[in-house]
Amino acid sequence: MRTKIEVREVAKGFASDQGRLDVIESVSFSVREGEFVAIVGPSGCGKTTLLNLLAGFLRPDAGVVLIDGAPRPRPDARGILISQQGSVFPWLTVRENLMFGLNGRAPAKTAAIADHYADIVGLKGFEDSYPHELSGGMLKRAELARALVVKPETLYMDEPFSALDALLSLRMRSELLRILAQERHTVLLITHDVEEAIHLADRILVLSERPARVRAAFDVPLSHPRRLASAAAQELRIAVLRELGVDEAAG
Amino acid sequence: MHRLRAALPSLAVIAVLIAVWWAAVIATGSLIFPTPWAVVTGTWELIENGTLWQHISASLMRVLIGFGLAACVAVPLGLWMGWVRGAYRMLNPLFQILRPISPIAWIPIAILWFGVGDASPIYLIFISSVFPMVVQTTVGVHTIEKRYLRAAENFGVSRRTLFTRVVIPAVLPQIVVGMRIGLGVAWLVVVAAEMIALHSGLGYMIMDSRNAGNRYDLVVAGMIIIGLIGLSLDGLMRLLEGMRWVRWRYAH
Repeated sequence: MRTKIEVREVAKGFASDQGRLDVIESVSFSVREGEFVAIVGPSGCGKTTLLNLLAGFLRPDAGVVLIDGAPRPRPDARGILISQQGSVFPWLTVRENLMFGLNGRAPAKTAAIADHYADIVGLKGFEDSYPHELSGGMLKRAELARALVVKPETLYMDEPFSALDALLSLRMRSELLRILAQERHTVLLITHDVEEAIHLADRILVLSERPARVRAAFDVPLSHPRRLASAAAQELRIAVLRELGVDEAAG
Repeated sequence: MHRLRAALPSLAVIAVLIAVWWAAVIATGSLIFPTPWAVVTGTWELIENGTLWQHISASLMRVLIGFGLAACVAVPLGLWMGWVRGAYRMLNPLFQILRPISPIAWIPIAILWFGVGDASPIYLIFISSVFPMVVQTTVGVHTIEKRYLRAAENFGVSRRTLFTRVVIPAVLPQIVVGMRIGLGVAWLVVVAAEMIALHSGLGYMIMDSRNAGNRYDLVVAGMIIIGLIGLSLDGLMRLLEGMRWVRWRYAH
């Protein structure tokens, strides 16, 4: 399959009180079209910065990010970022939120599209609710639906389920897989949860401590639906954790 | 029933205050300061000869016009200053200097520019309520959470959509707060302005009652009516806070 995203020797730093802070140091990797890549790494290692670079919210100090072979210096609806805190507009209803990205098209049509996606993520019957009337899991669904409505080529997900409780987070993972089975997108997922990465991704990149580099890459050669308790999944988990500096076998 | 019980302590305080007032007037045998009952009969007198309503409507009309003009200027100006950094840098220092000037200090200039008609108090109301509303609106724009602006940017919407679907709805609760403050100030100022220069309004009524024969019963009646109307105006503005466009702000 053809290459969707190519990251070539990208570096990024920020000015801070203690002088310059190098967050990312020469990161290179590529993502194929339709691939689901999970990026794991220690907290504070620059994962979010990396995602912002890919989505076009930040520009690299050195190196290039090529999407479909060309740099994309500004964010646009071809790549939607779903952040950890969520950004569903609290002043709009679920339907209005979903219609937001479709602005400019005929309202009757956009409402129908919005309702279709509300249905897909399991928010049927809540189209007229305001976000403050929804639970945390439903908010995540709304956020996901709002991204899917504009048919983005790529989804950039920054720890999307980490604010949810363990059970809900697990259920949202299955939901995400179900939705992606219907509409294939290229997905980059940032997570600190190795099991989540193994559950969802085709490939896992492990980042080092800051300044971030790609420390290791693992293919996940398991077919869906995946059983995390299987020997292959456990073996992979131990290998990824070892790259993160946690040696369970020795412990 | 529940609301009545909740209001009971405050009503009790007011009742005690009235009782103390009444007792004090009787004990001192004051000839000028009225008893609560004299205030009631004085108020009734004003209702019967129709002047009370005239004064109230004159004051309310001035507040409505002055406050309305201020809101029409302050909200767009505040949005502009909040959104455009250059506008903020240019105008904020000036407003910070003008804002602490008491509206009372403007009275001589208001009379010079607008004479002693309705325009003077309207100008004073305008000048005193416009700044709080500008400040609240500007702060509202500045405190929009970045994640919402970023999300809007991500969807690549037009500037117009960004403004109508994100910025204005996000700031609306702050605008309502600003309007509540502005209206409170406007009501405070109209009475002060009317004391100086006019022939109608509650402020005029108070000064006139004193000057035309020490009618302190009407002075106190005027004060109480001003308080009650101020409370009602604030109540009206609080109703705005319950509207669906701003309710999300108070939902948590």
